Amino acid sequence: MKYMTETIVLAVGAFLALLGAAFAQDKLFEAHMWVLFFVLLASTLVMVRRVSFAPAVAVASSSGDEGYFDDVIKYGVIATVFWGVVGFLVGVVIALQLAFPDLNIEPWLNFGRTRPLHTSAVIFAFGGNALIATSFYVVQRTSRARLFGGNLGWFVFWGYQLFIVMAATGYLLGITQGREYAEPEWYVDLWLTVVWVAYLIAFLGTIMTRKEPHIYVANWFFLSFIVTVAMLHIVNNLAVPVSFLGVKSYSAFSGVQDALTQWWYGHNAVGFFLTAGFLGMMYYFVPKQVNRPVYSYRLSIIHFWALIFMYIWAGPHHLHYTALPDWAQTLGMVFSIMLWMPSWGGMINGLMTLSGAWDKIRTDPIVRMMVMAIAFYGMATFEGPMMSIKSVNSLSHYTDWTIGHVHSGALGWNGLITFGAIYFLVPKLWKRERLYSIRMVNWHFWLATLGIVVYAAVMWVAGIQQGLMWREYDEQGFLVYSFAETVAAMFPYYVLRAVGGGLFLLGALIMAYNVTMTILGYQRDEAPIPGAAPALQPAE
Amino acid sequence: MAEKHIDEISGVETTGHEWDGIRELNNPMPRWWVWTFYMTILWAIGYTIAFPAWPLISDTTKGMLGWSSRADIATELAEAKQAQSAFTDRIAKSSLQEILADPQLSQFAVSGGASAFKVNCAQCHGSGAAGGPGFPNLNDDDWVWGGTVEDIYQTIAHGIRHPGDDETRTSEMPAFGEILEPDQIKRVAAYVVSLTGKPSDVALVEPGKQVFADNCAACHGEDAKGNREMGAPDLADAIWLKGEGEAAIAAQVRSPKHGVMPAWLPRLGDPAVKQLAVFVHSLGGGE
Repeated sequence: MKYMTETIVLAVGAFLALLGAAFAQDKLFEAHMWVLFFVLLASTLVMVRRVSFAPAVAVASSSGDEGYFDDVIKYGVIATVFWGVVGFLVGVVIALQLAFPDLNIEPWLNFGRTRPLHTSAVIFAFGGNALIATSFYVVQRTSRARLFGGNLGWFVFWGYQLFIVMAATGYLLGITQGREYAEPEWYVDLWLTVVWVAYLIAFLGTIMTRKEPHIYVANWFFLSFIVTVAMLHIVNNLAVPVSFLGVKSYSAFSGVQDALTQWWYGHNAVGFFLTAGFLGMMYYFVPKQVNRPVYSYRLSIIHFWALIFMYIWAGPHHLHYTALPDWAQTLGMVFSIMLWMPSWGGMINGLMTLSGAWDKIRTDPIVRMMVMAIAFYGMATFEGPMMSIKSVNSLSHYTDWTIGHVHSGALGWNGLITFGAIYFLVPKLWKRERLYSIRMVNWHFWLATLGIVVYAAVMWVAGIQQGLMWREYDEQGFLVYSFAETVAAMFPYYVLRAVGGGLFLLGALIMAYNVTMTILGYQRDEAPIPGAAPALQPAE
Repeated sequence: MAEKHIDEISGVETTGHEWDGIRELNNPMPRWWVWTFYMTILWAIGYTIAFPAWPLISDTTKGMLGWSSRADIATELAEAKQAQSAFTDRIAKSSLQEILADPQLSQFAVSGGASAFKVNCAQCHGSGAAGGPGFPNLNDDDWVWGGTVEDIYQTIAHGIRHPGDDETRTSEMPAFGEILEPDQIKRVAAYVVSLTGKPSDVALVEPGKQVFADNCAACHGEDAKGNREMGAPDLADAIWLKGEGEAAIAAQVRSPKHGVMPAWLPRLGDPAVKQLAVFVHSLGGGE
């Protein structure tokens, strides 16, 4: 009896959500439980239609070739593209809200609520789905084993989508625990913990049942990402709910300990979610797409262990010149500096993997995209340690320079490497000869790159100007600018930033179209990229 | 051990493993990478010896340089204070009139006041001191509480309706919504508008004038030019603090809004308030 248990579990979940709404201690919890109820009710109805009373088939035949569990990865790729477009769109909206405050629509769409909507949509919805989908793809192929746990993969995927929907609707309703990148309240955090443990079991189980003698480097990075994010998430979100039927909770930490815990989390969300996880992606898709061996095995070992050891200590650099004791600031800074080379180890290994195939940058837009991703990775991981130096930080901190830095990493590195992986995966997963259009990949590449360059350059100028204005004293020792004047001075940069973000969004829309057409089985009639080998055979 | 394999293009040996077609070359780590990594580690060790860094059982290492961020900021603040002391000491000892009479001192006070204004006052009065609805424009010559430098000092020092300050400026216009009939309020609003502009209905002005004389003139004066002693604003100058037009005036008569301003003397100290007073006085409306 297929789907019977799933349907019952969903129905019970919907009923519990209804009870939660009925007995809610506050209006926000009631509203959020109604959201949950309708989501689960809709899911139940979908499942009811699928229930079949035929005896279960011994081995699911719907899976991909070689017995790999690829259906969930297909969903993951679609979710990645969808959430990516949503997240970039919200990003452009909030960029415009900063330039034109009238666009803040109270109360649901003011900047205070749309900003976490943007950050969570791009980091956790876009990035998270990309990581789950690619890690499931990579771990099966490099382990020569089917994804562990049967339908556990489906639970991870749908459970994670539920987390995204609950987090996003919570932000718009005004539910937040006020921790950056960890805004969801206690009950959403608990749900994510359950999903994440399932993810760990599925991933680790696949590695443990592998048929390869060794664990491939990409899987080291994916595993370190999954394990560390679990630890970060649980510790940073330790809190006591006021009521089990209310949204509010109080953190287990207070004062500067709270701030340090938050930035230990926040920094390592960057380190393990956006760096280690995406390095795992790079270590599989770059060698596959260029069809060359990884440059140096030794470098991969040393930079892996150095990276995960150093990163975890670097968080205090977010709290320079605050109530955080000097000694902790010093350690945060020196570990950030030592992190420079371990980060660059990944860049070297990625770029040098192209040795012997450099011509592919010219002929293959997907390779071009990956190489640009690695270039932005290298730039951002140099800029980061530099900005952690206290004297640099005293200028850059709290300015838009930080925003520019984050986006050269997020758009450049995470965005482009994910796009490259998607372009690699889609024809493979849907068994198409090639993408709908290679030329559109090229368009996407240039729009995205131009968008990032505009964004980062504008934010450098904005941030440095802002920092200099804040510390400008006249010859008599008096402050020159009021804060509002420094805000007003940012207007042209904020407009240009929205333009940069708009270009990036446009590129993503082209990708969404290209991916959709590929899935539907179309091929665009177009001239091949000059110099390209006929019909760009995917690497095998 | 997997079989040995040489990569054809680079001629480098691989590790012998293969995952889904991916091999790994057995290249050494780039020397420059290794040495730069070592240098950052050495630098980090040196830095943690020089600066407070390592946690011990009940304390931390203090660093060879004896640096601390708290001592650092204390020194910087002391130096900044010292650099201005020649002027600030004289400002502290001088009266406001003495400051105005000394060109050098008054120029310093204007700069200092402007700086303090940006940090403390611009939030309500605006960066250019032009105010906004409910917050007076400080550039014009319309003063609710007086526009001499002493008056301005008094207002800044003790605030307006600031609780806990005995010398704070206070006035309390009654809520005439409980005293007058709605029609009377309509008339008096039309009359007040007629002093500087065009009322909606001229017929209301004459009866409104009578309402004004009976109820408002006691504070705002027969000529409606206000009374600074009582903090009653001038209603005959076309400058409106709470809102323009008959509807806004009627609303203010019915149930007046009373603005508040903090007393700044306890927070900023006498020399800074003196500088602020001189600065505001210099903006154009000073008397």
